[in-house]
Amino acid sequence: MGGFRGWKAGALAVLTALFATGVARAEEPKVPKKGGTLTVIAQPEPVILTAALSTSSPTGFFSGNVFDGLIDYDREFGLKPALAESWKLSEDGKQLQLNLRKGVKWHDGQPFNAADVKWTLENVWRKYHPRNQALFANVESVDTPDDHTVIINFSKPSLAVLSSLNSNGAQVLPRHLYEGTDILNNPYNNKPIGTGPFIFKEWSKGNHIVLERNPDYWDQGKPYLDKVIYRVIPDGGARTAAIEKGEVQYAFFSPVPARDAERLSKLPTLKVETKGYEWLSPWLFLDLNVEREPFKDEKVRQALYHAIDRDAYKRIVWFGFGKPAISPVVSTLTEFHDPTVPTYPFDVAKAEQLLDEAGLKRGADGVRFRINLDYLPYGEEFRRSAEFLKQSFKRIGVEAEIRNQDTPTYTRRIYGDRDFDATIQWYAGFADPLVGVTREYNSSGIGKNIPFTNGPGYKNARVDEIITLAQGSGNQEERVKLFKEFQQQVQKDVPSLPLLELEFFTLQASDLNDTVTSVDQIYSSFKNAWYTDPSKR
Amino acid sequence: MRRLPLSGIHLVLRRLLQLVGVVVGIATVNFFLLRFAPGDAVQVIASEAGSASLEYVEALRRQFGLDQPLWWQYLNYMSGLARFDLGYSFRHSMPVATLILDRLPATLLLMTTSVLLAVFAGGLLGILAAYRPGKWQDVLISVLALLCFATPLFLIGLALVVGFSVWLDWLPVGGMFDIAVQAQGWARVLDVARHLILPALTLALFYMAVYVRLMRASVMEVRRQDYVRTAISRGNGPVRVLLVHVLRNAALPLVTMLGVQMGSIIGGAVVVETVFSWPGLGRLSFDALVQRELTLLVGVLLCSSILVVLVNWLVDFTYAVLDPRIRSSRS
Repeated sequence: MGGFRGWKAGALAVLTALFATGVARAEEPKVPKKGGTLTVIAQPEPVILTAALSTSSPTGFFSGNVFDGLIDYDREFGLKPALAESWKLSEDGKQLQLNLRKGVKWHDGQPFNAADVKWTLENVWRKYHPRNQALFANVESVDTPDDHTVIINFSKPSLAVLSSLNSNGAQVLPRHLYEGTDILNNPYNNKPIGTGPFIFKEWSKGNHIVLERNPDYWDQGKPYLDKVIYRVIPDGGARTAAIEKGEVQYAFFSPVPARDAERLSKLPTLKVETKGYEWLSPWLFLDLNVEREPFKDEKVRQALYHAIDRDAYKRIVWFGFGKPAISPVVSTLTEFHDPTVPTYPFDVAKAEQLLDEAGLKRGADGVRFRINLDYLPYGEEFRRSAEFLKQSFKRIGVEAEIRNQDTPTYTRRIYGDRDFDATIQWYAGFADPLVGVTREYNSSGIGKNIPFTNGPGYKNARVDEIITLAQGSGNQEERVKLFKEFQQQVQKDVPSLPLLELEFFTLQASDLNDTVTSVDQIYSSFKNAWYTDPSKR
Repeated sequence: MRRLPLSGIHLVLRRLLQLVGVVVGIATVNFFLLRFAPGDAVQVIASEAGSASLEYVEALRRQFGLDQPLWWQYLNYMSGLARFDLGYSFRHSMPVATLILDRLPATLLLMTTSVLLAVFAGGLLGILAAYRPGKWQDVLISVLALLCFATPLFLIGLALVVGFSVWLDWLPVGGMFDIAVQAQGWARVLDVARHLILPALTLALFYMAVYVRLMRASVMEVRRQDYVRTAISRGNGPVRVLLVHVLRNAALPLVTMLGVQMGSIIGGAVVVETVFSWPGLGRLSFDALVQRELTLLVGVLLCSSILVVLVNWLVDFTYAVLDPRIRSSRS
């Protein structure tokens, strides 16, 4: 190990390499080659293979290969035609018309048409999809004037809908296989029939999932790969070994600790990619339980914020991946992000002063108060985050006791029993703050034992009002204004301290091209990917 | 075993009754004990989804039957058990029995291979050490055994992976077979064998250490016995003395240990199965625990305990073969 200096040099090399390939691609568009098998790590193993019925990420990472979205993304949050060739949202934002692609077939040969979309919206998205239930809550009726036109009528303007019509947000299921069945127990949930670029072949639980090229795919000539295999490798060390040895050519969602990524990125056969996660808009934060002393006082909350050196945190805990956060709406969402929110730069003296003002003086042992610090048990980086914060708080006289537990115990404690002081957590905010950000501040979800809702127990009437207004507004400019006001308010009150805009990374073989073509790539497919020399794979 | 009829049937009946007792006991204790763990399967699914609404969570609870009172859930489970039905895993959308049967062959293969390896290699090395007490062979074997015993399983596993898979590139990193090749017939057997080597070796090395120590002590003790001295003085060759006179008695503690350890081997398999992506019962049960799939977990625990009981019957039987005194005292 070259120590810190070596790591810096490595990062630089990676950056230049990334930059160089980007430039080369722009100069001479290479012609994709057909063939080859791609082996991908699926970790953790999906529970179910149909994303319409589960928004869990492992399912999403897989499902986009078998199912198409209605609308796709490009690399800049722009929309691209997919199953819908064109779409139109009415002036008042209350009617969405989708013109579906003709000649698309399900993998079993049946034609795909408007009835499939209507049926899935009414019976699956509105009933079982945890995110879409809210998104499609205002749907009044769905009309299908012909086989290739879907008109969705909303009772209130619903602008956020367009941000969620990709294959993860709005996965259309084959009506002919689902209608009249017990949807949650339909056998096709685990041997999916889609319209997508790859056809499902086999799922051997605990081992692998095999997909084969769909020769009749509507996007002519695609996909290029013959086969995609998802392998289940539960151990982190074994994942590193499999990637290093080349048994696996693609591993996403930060498959190994950042430390290993740094070492692996130096191998000539591998490259690190951090694009393709933007749609998630993930941010990591520290929730402070505002229903308890001493966090009822906003000065105490602000003091803790000042005590954290977020640059050092990113460097030390995340090995440089990510970006210090100032708002729960991440900076890559340029339309909504407000860079003028109140900020709390690293300032120990200021933090101490705020605590003094709050009446929390240092005791004889130098301690002002003690808290328990919980963290979401999602891997090494989260544990180290807790250790980093413990150190940061110690400096200002706050003693934090770190508590470790498994996920069900954790969610129960935070969202059910509410028996905690402070906790480290991350959410995906998605392309529209209404989909993923507001749940953290909306007072309607407090203490109902629903995982990943309002952790701090924050109640602010104006914030609740803004959320309702943004949900029903048909004017995008007005919504942007509302969300900026929202950010100003929550960053003034800081019930939750946004610490880092998370940056996930993908490790992939360097001879694999065009793996990232959209901001939601990890929920999308491998239909554009191709090997420089498929005969070797 | 020669005088089968009456006492034989009696014995079998008693054994079966024992087994039923074990099953009911294990099922009951585990059923209630596991429910002390905070959180339930629905919460895990909801948190994996990254977002959930109250309606969604309640719909899932209803579907999983978690909204029923506990005693009702228990009665349901036990009456299912009486019909040899281990219940249904909603998370996997599959009957628990199917899930377990899917994984059982992989576990049995790994367990049998590593146990045989551990017993034979451990026994052999133990005998060797016992015949050269204090010499360099003894010291070397003892040090090695101690090292294997003291190193955590996952560390041995990862070291073997880095050595044999990444550096030497002789063996695959993990899994049970090569998916890309999809070999058939003998090629498949060979493929599985190649994948089996490292996990079996890892598991075997750890348990081997125990058998080495045990065998060494036991053989040394037996060799000092009068009847062995008599056997030697009657002119029996050293090999014959070892095989016929020494080993038969010295093996008894080894067999006892084997029975006791079966349970912990299934436990140790969790680590090895995880490190080597081996699709066995250990991983299934570990995942079930983390995901609060309690029906599945109780099912796996039941099967494991039945397995342990069966192995112990086999051990008893082996005793009887090895030592006629035990046989006569039984009948």
